Amino acid sequence: MNILYRLLELLAGDPQADRAVPPTGFTARLTVLSAAAMAFLAVFALALSLAAGRLADRWSEELAKTSTLRISAPQDQMNAQTSVALTVLQSTPGVAETRPLSADEQRALLAPWFGPDLPVENLPIPQLIEIMAEKEGYDATGLRARLQAEVPGAVLDDHTRWRDPLVEAALRLRFLGIVSMVLIAATTAAMITLAAHAALAANAQVIRVMRLVGARDIYIARAFVRRYTLRALLGAATGTLLGTLAILMLPRVDAAGGFLTGLGFQGWHWLWPLVIPFLVSFVAFVATRQAALHTLKEQS
Amino acid sequence: MIKLDNVAYNYGGAELFSGLNLQLFSGSFHFLTGPSGAGKTTLLKLCYGELVATSGLARLFGQDARTLDRDAVAQARRRIGVVHQDCQFLDHLTVIENIALPLTVSGRTASSSDLVDLLGWVGLSRQATQFPPQLSGGERQRAALARAVIMSPEVILADEPTGNVDWEMSQRLLSLLVELNNMGKTVLIATHDISLIRVAKAQVSARVLRLKDRRLQLAGADL
Repeated sequence: MNILYRLLELLAGDPQADRAVPPTGFTARLTVLSAAAMAFLAVFALALSLAAGRLADRWSEELAKTSTLRISAPQDQMNAQTSVALTVLQSTPGVAETRPLSADEQRALLAPWFGPDLPVENLPIPQLIEIMAEKEGYDATGLRARLQAEVPGAVLDDHTRWRDPLVEAALRLRFLGIVSMVLIAATTAAMITLAAHAALAANAQVIRVMRLVGARDIYIARAFVRRYTLRALLGAATGTLLGTLAILMLPRVDAAGGFLTGLGFQGWHWLWPLVIPFLVSFVAFVATRQAALHTLKEQS
Repeated sequence: MIKLDNVAYNYGGAELFSGLNLQLFSGSFHFLTGPSGAGKTTLLKLCYGELVATSGLARLFGQDARTLDRDAVAQARRRIGVVHQDCQFLDHLTVIENIALPLTVSGRTASSSDLVDLLGWVGLSRQATQFPPQLSGGERQRAALARAVIMSPEVILADEPTGNVDWEMSQRLLSLLVELNNMGKTVLIATHDISLIRVAKAQVSARVLRLKDRRLQLAGADL
């Protein structure tokens, strides 16, 4: 709270103190530019992280509720075995709904490999049954045992085999997004610290005179910190705006399909980028304050 | 107010002076003289907390200078007006802003009438809105003096204030410092200008100290 109060007090400003420290050209431009670039990257890292999180949630929630039963049997026994399997499934606790896939649905599944005109009715392909589980799920081991006894050609696939690596990959992607944001914040702090050090060194004479007339270190530091915090805010606001516009200009999901087009924000998540300029300002405030007080201590 | 007791200062491994005793009483007027390199500027810096003595005790307004943190030194400097030979201004601020700088950094606001009076006292009314590089040597010294006294300090330390000005301007600056002493301010002027000291002694009761051979001595009848 103390540091937040100081930040607000600082932003309120002291025009006299601002006048005492002359603006320095290249460090001012460097700070604005680096804050803008880092904010632009932070928008993408944030979008990546949120999109990966959404993907992991969807895969883990939606796929966890569904599983598939595959029945391989001679054509003349297929209907009988399907009927028995449905009976077994419907009497299994935790199974909410079962639905055999129609010939059209099975054709659609195979279409990417064999084309749209595949005569599935004449081919010895297995019958698929979609199983919707209740919230608490069902006992997969028990169900497998019952199916093995009553429908020998049935194979239960609860999607665990391929769902877990996908969810893990999505979660790692989200983690990498968060790490990227942390690295961006650290790089911003480093750049602003370097710029502040350069400005302090360039203003050594100003600092000497201000000390001579009785200025306290915190007064001198405040003049530098306010300037760098506001510059970082300006740069980050610009970078965030440009980054958000770039995200808006990405192809729509329904137009292009695929994961990468889902990169972006949804719903209230569009408010998240608004945090970035304030976060960058905060990083600039802390970095410049530390740099200024450290340099002033060294110069005394 | 300022007391140095058996103070020594080493610079670059060599002893600049040692066993130095000095006490500035309220309302006193001192000259500090001596050859170039004797340590006059260093002695002044010890008096306003810019440097810390290598050994011995330096007291600023009753406080041991070694125990003062940077904030306490800043507070002490608000009670000491310093005039340097090179003046040390902020060139991007106007003359009036430079003069008001001690008030600005202490969070106080100067009344415009006080500033006008002060500028008139040092004869810089017309130069108020000019920038320091536009001023002559004498004008810069007078502006530095105005800046040194704006906080109404108890002590005024001047380091070769007449070093860059002609004789007429030297006398004018001296008369301003004598006027301040008459108002009760303690004044210490470091100078190698013997003529100026002689002129001053006709106007004010001043003690003349000489820094020579690493020791501070009271100057004799030759002055």
